Amino acid sequence: MGLFIAQLLTGLANAATLFLVASGLSLIFGVTRIVNFAHGSFYMLGAFVGYSLMQVLPGAVGFWASVLLTGLIVGLIGVIVEMLVLRPVYRAPELFQLVATFGVILVIQDLTLMIWGAEDVLGPRAPGLKGIVRIMDEPVPTYDLALIALTPFVLFALWYLISRTRLGVLVRAATQDREMVAALGVNQAWLFTGVFFLGAGMAGLGGAIQLPKGGADLLMDFNILAAIFVVVVIGGMGSLPGAYIAAVLISVLNVFGVSYLPQSTLVLMFVVMAVVLTIRPYGLLGREEVVGEHGQVGEPERPIKPASGRARMMVGVLLVLLLALPMTGSHFLVILITDIIIFCLFAASLHFLLGLGGLVSFGHAAFFGGGAYVAGLLVIHAEAPMELAFLLAPLGAGLLAVIIGWLCLRLTGVYFAMLTLAMAQLLWSLVFQWDEFTGGDDGLVDVWPAGWLSEANSYFYFTAIVGVGGIILLRHIAHSPFGYALRASRDSQRQAEATGINTKRIQWMAFTLAGAMAGVAGALFVFSKGSVFPNEMEIAKSFDGLIVVFLGGVKTLSGGVVGAATLELVKDYLTRFEYWRLALGLLIIAVVVLAPYGIVGSFRKLFDRYRQPSEPETVAAESRQ
Amino acid sequence: MTGNEDTAVLSVIDLSKSFGGIHALNDVSFEVARGELLALIGPNGAGKTTCFNMLMGQLKPTRGNVYLHGEKITGRQPRRIWRKGVGRTFQITGTYQSMTVIENIQMALISHHRRLYSLRPYATHLYRDQAMRLLELVGMPEQAERACAILAYGDLKRLELAIALCHEPTLLLMDEPTAGMAPRERIGLMQLTADIVSERNVSVLFTEHDMDVVFTHAHRIMVLNRGELIANGSVEEIRNDPLVQEVYLGGGSVFAASDGHA
Amino acid sequence: MKESSKLAMISTVASLAVSVLVGISTTAMAADAIRIGEINHYKRMAAFAEPYKNGVELALSEINEAGGVIGQPLEFIYRDDQGKPGEAIKIAEELVNREEVAMITGSILSNVGLALSSFAAEKKVIYLAAEPLADGLVWEKGNDYTFRLRSSTYMQAAMLAEQAAKTDAIKYATIAPNYAYGKDAVAAFKKALLALKPEVEFVTEQWPAVFKIDAGAEVQALERAKPDAIYNVTFGGDLAKFVREGTTRGLFEGRQVYGLLTGEPEYLEPLADEAPEGWVVTGYPWYDFEDGPNRVFVDAYLAAYDESPKIGSLVGYMTAQSIAAAIGRAGSLETEKLRQAFIGLEVDTPVGLITYREQDHQSTMGAFVGTTTVRDGGGVMVDWTYRDGANYLPSDEEVARMRPASQ
Repeated sequence: MGLFIAQLLTGLANAATLFLVASGLSLIFGVTRIVNFAHGSFYMLGAFVGYSLMQVLPGAVGFWASVLLTGLIVGLIGVIVEMLVLRPVYRAPELFQLVATFGVILVIQDLTLMIWGAEDVLGPRAPGLKGIVRIMDEPVPTYDLALIALTPFVLFALWYLISRTRLGVLVRAATQDREMVAALGVNQAWLFTGVFFLGAGMAGLGGAIQLPKGGADLLMDFNILAAIFVVVVIGGMGSLPGAYIAAVLISVLNVFGVSYLPQSTLVLMFVVMAVVLTIRPYGLLGREEVVGEHGQVGEPERPIKPASGRARMMVGVLLVLLLALPMTGSHFLVILITDIIIFCLFAASLHFLLGLGGLVSFGHAAFFGGGAYVAGLLVIHAEAPMELAFLLAPLGAGLLAVIIGWLCLRLTGVYFAMLTLAMAQLLWSLVFQWDEFTGGDDGLVDVWPAGWLSEANSYFYFTAIVGVGGIILLRHIAHSPFGYALRASRDSQRQAEATGINTKRIQWMAFTLAGAMAGVAGALFVFSKGSVFPNEMEIAKSFDGLIVVFLGGVKTLSGGVVGAATLELVKDYLTRFEYWRLALGLLIIAVVVLAPYGIVGSFRKLFDRYRQPSEPETVAAESRQ
Repeated sequence: MTGNEDTAVLSVIDLSKSFGGIHALNDVSFEVARGELLALIGPNGAGKTTCFNMLMGQLKPTRGNVYLHGEKITGRQPRRIWRKGVGRTFQITGTYQSMTVIENIQMALISHHRRLYSLRPYATHLYRDQAMRLLELVGMPEQAERACAILAYGDLKRLELAIALCHEPTLLLMDEPTAGMAPRERIGLMQLTADIVSERNVSVLFTEHDMDVVFTHAHRIMVLNRGELIANGSVEEIRNDPLVQEVYLGGGSVFAASDGHA
Repeated sequence: MKESSKLAMISTVASLAVSVLVGISTTAMAADAIRIGEINHYKRMAAFAEPYKNGVELALSEINEAGGVIGQPLEFIYRDDQGKPGEAIKIAEELVNREEVAMITGSILSNVGLALSSFAAEKKVIYLAAEPLADGLVWEKGNDYTFRLRSSTYMQAAMLAEQAAKTDAIKYATIAPNYAYGKDAVAAFKKALLALKPEVEFVTEQWPAVFKIDAGAEVQALERAKPDAIYNVTFGGDLAKFVREGTTRGLFEGRQVYGLLTGEPEYLEPLADEAPEGWVVTGYPWYDFEDGPNRVFVDAYLAAYDESPKIGSLVGYMTAQSIAAAIGRAGSLETEKLRQAFIGLEVDTPVGLITYREQDHQSTMGAFVGTTTVRDGGGVMVDWTYRDGANYLPSDEEVARMRPASQ
């Protein structure tokens, strides 16, 4: 009994940090609809800033003053980020902002490294709260008790702010209906800035308050990201009490998981999330998403047309150039372009789903990695010849997509995105943990192609034919009746259903197709590298895909491919410099701010302006919005 | 059974719907005859859209049944009811913004011809002539290649009508077909609808706020109030029905020639 | 819309043009230097990679001052792989084909090491795995072209098991990060300890997610099992949290704790005065060398960088030494000659003479085993001894059984 209570208290204490950080994310999403990937970075900044302040301010007063000051400082950093990076892109297509926040992650990572150095920092202990008390003979750290007491107070303060003050009323109104608030004459830009201040400040507080239980290091930002997304989704996006309940639920379950199922530490929270979303699709205290809330920001996509004769000829010339690449004699260029084609195919498959289907998947790497692992496992365990493994890889990935798609497509919008993320993480932890079969973190090695493809040049031709073929196939399908039906399901599900289109089935098939094509990319990958590791299906890989699709331009057919090729080339160049993350982050932010329709989309706009100085139709479209 | 199978396209029997404890629709029964232009009117919140959504399968009724040509279609999914030959236009248009005007129609034609799962390009070349004829029918052939996203509202309504005619329906359900249109456009659209009814032998059930439109074009009128069908008859009968007048707030003003505001 | 496809084309062409430019702008290298490709996680694991790089550079400056190897200066090309195995392979391709490096080395993470090792065998390039600890590198997944410098997980765990076997403790609990390295480390310790003392019992095994430890819960779970002794494999931030929660809640009172790598400055220094007392650990007590080659290295390092050496510094230094020695012995940069030179290669290093074994290409570099304590506000190892790695390897028959037949 004593142990049980002690464990419960540990869980509650752990929930404190999680709640503080997650509540900030939930607030930001609820009001601005921005999925803030950089929230983990604010948390990390909170830890480092708090640490530095605590070195200067002495005693118990100094400690708590440092915590509060940290919240203020990180909140102000959030304001800077919001004003410089996000304000210019509020009108961009939905979710485009997440690319900007990704750039912010990179910038903050390198700046933190510059300022605080590479070594881990051990957090100072809270003065006066270093000891333990014994509760039913079990030791409980006094700081844990302080955290447990503090959290409901913070929750109450936030609740008061949201439901009892004018600012809160506006915030709530904005959560429900942004246009309405604007119509009331409230300066929406400053409301968003205020919310960002609050949200980032909460993350900063979370970072500072966990110092006595840990410290600060450079991996904190990504390490907490998955957990806070899970908390926000389980609690219901935008709901503060929901975030609290979810934080407690996850933390307490985790403590018992550690004791009774020690191997469960990786998967537990994703299992909980999958279960909760299956029973309550919008989280514990979330509300159903208003139909039409998503996909309505920004100009609608333009109609697509078959490529003109000239465009086809250019593609043909390009392909001939591509196939002539090995003749340059640059072995490395061949390898580099092989990598790029593989990534382009992966991006194109995600773009098919995201651009044409309007289905924003946060877990597409599951199928890339899935394909790679299917091929790798067949070679390692069944000693399958490379050719057979290669053919079965897309089937395996497609089958995964059939199952995951069936589970996730019952949800829409951000909840769909989050469930795909959870599913991908489940798959990842399976691969990561089942070392007897998958090799775990040590991966599968010695998965090299068959003899006839072992030369870099021949593998390049193989990749070029399969990869470019796959991209062209996806493009063709976009023009096919199926591709049109997919777009119809996205544009107006009601109309599509009312004219005989089974939209769910169309989306399910598109999900499967996209998964299978990502599987092809994965199979190309595993044989080009000779090995595959779980990192090919982790969150960062899915994010890489999202970034390039948005960067290239969601609402254009070639956005995915162009974005992928551009970013891979830029990365290959930049990683040669020491502070490449800073440079890449700034570059991404610059592209986001200067080209809010993505690379292809913005080029197109520029071109239009040059061709037709006045465009009366655009005016008509905007006035109707 | 459904009564007169020779003439009734649609039979609705005791259709009811309650949300929680609120009765949105209460034991509504009526029939739509072949070639009939039938109006369903009533004040806001009378249950017109609820009724439509149940006919088309968007909502499941609490009680009661819907028969199409004698076949029970109660609670079937919208796409299945559509395949049985029922077309629909919405109060708020739901066209495909990312496609051209003609592609919007081609999409419905592709669905009608069951080519949805074909992976062969190019969809934009399929059933083009047929789509063009429909566009001509609704009087907007010159707009074929325009992006749907930049269409004027009245044109969108006409486009929806063209889409609804793609599978040569025997019954057309039109929810507020002229809402938000200029007076001249309203008359044009309803004249178009009336022509289609007479030329193609299609039955139309529509809801409408504009009494001018209703009294000019409807063959028959049903009046819904608080979920109950309170009147059902010819234009003259409805004009003179005291109960209907009461519902419309002693509404001589409503029934006088409307000046056309929505 | 026609324009859009055209523009897409233009941007693609532009992208290709950039790629060609990148291709052309290959940095011109001093033509006469021998180049070695060094692939590491300079950003992702900066705290480890930087001291390592410093160690390499220190050795290189000494080697080149003495006239280089086979009459040519030795040079390392450092590249960041972001900690991703796939990226590391791409860079390896580039280093081998464009920079024409004589061989490759680097990596801290085991998975990147394994990927590079597989690459080396496929492309017939020598790879010296400097830091990765995975046992598989030289055993189950060993190959002709891969050599490993640092004492492996198995060797270091065996050293701790040897110490553990000398005590009366019977009931052991383990805590290790939930991935390949942690699992290897626990398996090796169990195997070695049970071989020495069969009556030992393992009462619980805790597996926190790496860098996401829930320290309070882990401490409670360990306490619940009431072990006599604890074997710890956590490191970095996880270790700090574990030590703090464990100390606060009294987990370590009256229990002997064995800590793999815990004594390495990379992990011990951040703990400052909260470093655990009395743990038996492997590590690197650079502060207590009085004389001999160890001291010479530490002094040179302090003079060059004005910061204390880490274990990574030592490994980096020995990496460059090993490569120079191998090239000197081969008298050539041909892969096959280099490979032959590495087999049985003896290198005189700060920790003494090490040999790259013929049977599994593992060097006999050992480790320092000692007890932790706090001195002048920082954690240090005391009562330490250097254990020669040669004594903590499985028998030749066992190695032969584990290692796939060489081609």
